[in-house]
Amino acid sequence: MGIGVFPYIVLSVLVFLLGALGLMIRRNAIVMFLCLELMLNGVNIMFVALSRRMCSAEGQVIVLFVMAVAAAEAAIGMAVITAFYRVRGGVDVDRAQLMKW
Amino acid sequence: MKLWVLGAVFIPLLGAAVNGIFLWITKKKAHLIAVPALFASCICSLVVLSKVLGGAHADFDLYLWIPVGKFVVPVGFLIDELSAVMLATVSFVAAWIHLYSIGYMEHETPRGYAKYFCWLNLFTFFMLLLVSANNFLLMFVGWEGVGLCSYLLIGYWYEKASAANAGMKAFVTTRLGDLGFMIGLFAIYKYYGSLMFANVFSHASILSSSLITVITLLLFVGAVGKSAQFPLYVWLPDAMEGPTPVSSLIHAATMVTAGVYMVARCHALYNLAPFSAEIVASIGAFTALFAATIALVNNDLKRVLAYSTISQLGYMFIGVGVGVYAAGIFHLFTHAFFKGLMFLTAGSVMHVLHGELNMQKMGGLIKKMPITGWTFVVGALAISGIPPFSGFWSKDEILAGAFFHGHPVVWIVGTFTAFLTAFYMFRLIFLTFFGKPRDAHLYEMAHESPPVMTIPLIVLAIGSALAGFFALGPHGGIVGFLNKTLGETVAHGKEAAGVGHLLLIISVAMGVLGIALAYSMYIRRVPDPVVMARTLRPIYTLLYNKYYVDEVYFAFIINPLVGGSRYVLWKFMDVAIIDGVVNGIGRLCRLVGSGVRQFQTGYIPDYVWMILVGAVVIYWIGILF
Repeated sequence: MGIGVFPYIVLSVLVFLLGALGLMIRRNAIVMFLCLELMLNGVNIMFVALSRRMCSAEGQVIVLFVMAVAAAEAAIGMAVITAFYRVRGGVDVDRAQLMKW
Repeated sequence: MKLWVLGAVFIPLLGAAVNGIFLWITKKKAHLIAVPALFASCICSLVVLSKVLGGAHADFDLYLWIPVGKFVVPVGFLIDELSAVMLATVSFVAAWIHLYSIGYMEHETPRGYAKYFCWLNLFTFFMLLLVSANNFLLMFVGWEGVGLCSYLLIGYWYEKASAANAGMKAFVTTRLGDLGFMIGLFAIYKYYGSLMFANVFSHASILSSSLITVITLLLFVGAVGKSAQFPLYVWLPDAMEGPTPVSSLIHAATMVTAGVYMVARCHALYNLAPFSAEIVASIGAFTALFAATIALVNNDLKRVLAYSTISQLGYMFIGVGVGVYAAGIFHLFTHAFFKGLMFLTAGSVMHVLHGELNMQKMGGLIKKMPITGWTFVVGALAISGIPPFSGFWSKDEILAGAFFHGHPVVWIVGTFTAFLTAFYMFRLIFLTFFGKPRDAHLYEMAHESPPVMTIPLIVLAIGSALAGFFALGPHGGIVGFLNKTLGETVAHGKEAAGVGHLLLIISVAMGVLGIALAYSMYIRRVPDPVVMARTLRPIYTLLYNKYYVDEVYFAFIINPLVGGSRYVLWKFMDVAIIDGVVNGIGRLCRLVGSGVRQFQTGYIPDYVWMILVGAVVIYWIGILF
């Protein structure tokens, strides 16, 4: 029967929290972007694990959607970061403060 | 009849309209329209008067002005003895004043000249409307119209702050009285159900005496304002800021006599309200004495005349107050001649002396301007009540009326005031026209005025000298004629001819005494007026400062009102409360905003923090509740 669902959940939460933590403390736009991907994948693990546990295909379908969205997001995100690099001379998000009050 | 009346009233309006609308065309030729308009009106009035003399009366409506349900007010005219005499007096005196104005205003700018004649015509029109209206509301139109025109004309030299202020003072003060008059009109409509003279007076007695007293007192408040009686007389001396013919018009023919006319017109009501009549007579007597004492020491040529007018109006109110309405109107009639005359002569002096009004700087002017000087003497003799000049007849009529109608105190005050009147008038004459010139430069400048100014003087002087003889006509003369309308049947002359003659001698003696005292003080200098002023310093100062009435009004009414408006209504109510609330809400929003916007750091990691924390918080809230 394998190892059960619990380790998957732990792994999923860990991956998600790592991503969130990275997103919060890093200033490099690309690293933050990677952290975001990490969070998405953490959620994906949870979906797949629970989908299998509950014998339902819905979770796996959503995972496919999430991956599609993540791919699209990666394309746009990288384009934004490239443009940002050209304008600001770096990918440090502290440089993006035009929206400040 | 109808056409003549309409002609008398509306031709001046037509003149005003032409000069007002075609201001830029008529310019310096404005008098070619204005003066003939007034003379035409004068002729119409005289025709009306002659028809009324023949026994004709008229009460007709031109058209319905306000037909609203039961409230119907026509534009209608009532011609009887009273209004016919008033029409003739007003238009006759006003016509000569118009003629005189041509000479007096010759140095004005073209537009100002046309404007002046337009307003002068309008002024006369409103007064004629006032005296010929057949209902209270139309009378009120004239009443307010003369107020408006007096404001315009007193403030004619509006670039001068004092003139503009005097105009406003006149308007506001008379408005104060008009408020009472208006409430009186409301009361009349409420209780009599009509504003037509005919309806109200024929049913005058349907109301209780106390109600009539209230109504008549309210009407009298209006008269006090318009006719410059105590305590609302303060605007009249300041009205001297206007051109002198305007002062003459205000004092002689239009405006200030309106109150006397109104009381006489409402005699049916005043007869039923003895208390109100008592008040009218008392205010009149007090004002007569009060204003005469101020005139004793004033050095301003025109202001002495202004106080004299206030005093003479007091006489008229004594007349209408003690019930001898015809005598009051008779005095109004003679006063129109001699006061109109005296103002025009004062204007003539002022004109050649380039606006100098201080009597102390004049003297001996009669050699330089004989016509002006001698016509003034005629006017002064008339006002002093020296027979056979006109003032003697009318003043005596009033004083005798007061005495025989049981007002001995009023009679004493009136007789004493006659003495004061003679004194200050001849003080004015001796200072201005006789004695040695006290200012050589001014004396050099003096010369006689042009004929266009002296002819009106001569005409009015003849009127002042002879108008009194109307009293001697058949059937009681002018008094008997007026009494056909005013309905006073008691012929006091017959009651006690001996006492009547005694009173007459006393009042003439008072006048002669006043003249003699003025002669001894200001020509012989015995007693020297300067020394007298020094010995009687407190009284002199009090009189010279006009009893400090203006100061009292400023201290107790105007300043609290202005201060209250400025500091309570404006600075506190408006600025602090109303603006404070509006601005406070705005400031509150900004304050909250400046706190809340601190979240918008612009740093993406901060937003991430907030999103995560927010998500967790919302999640837990979801679980907990």
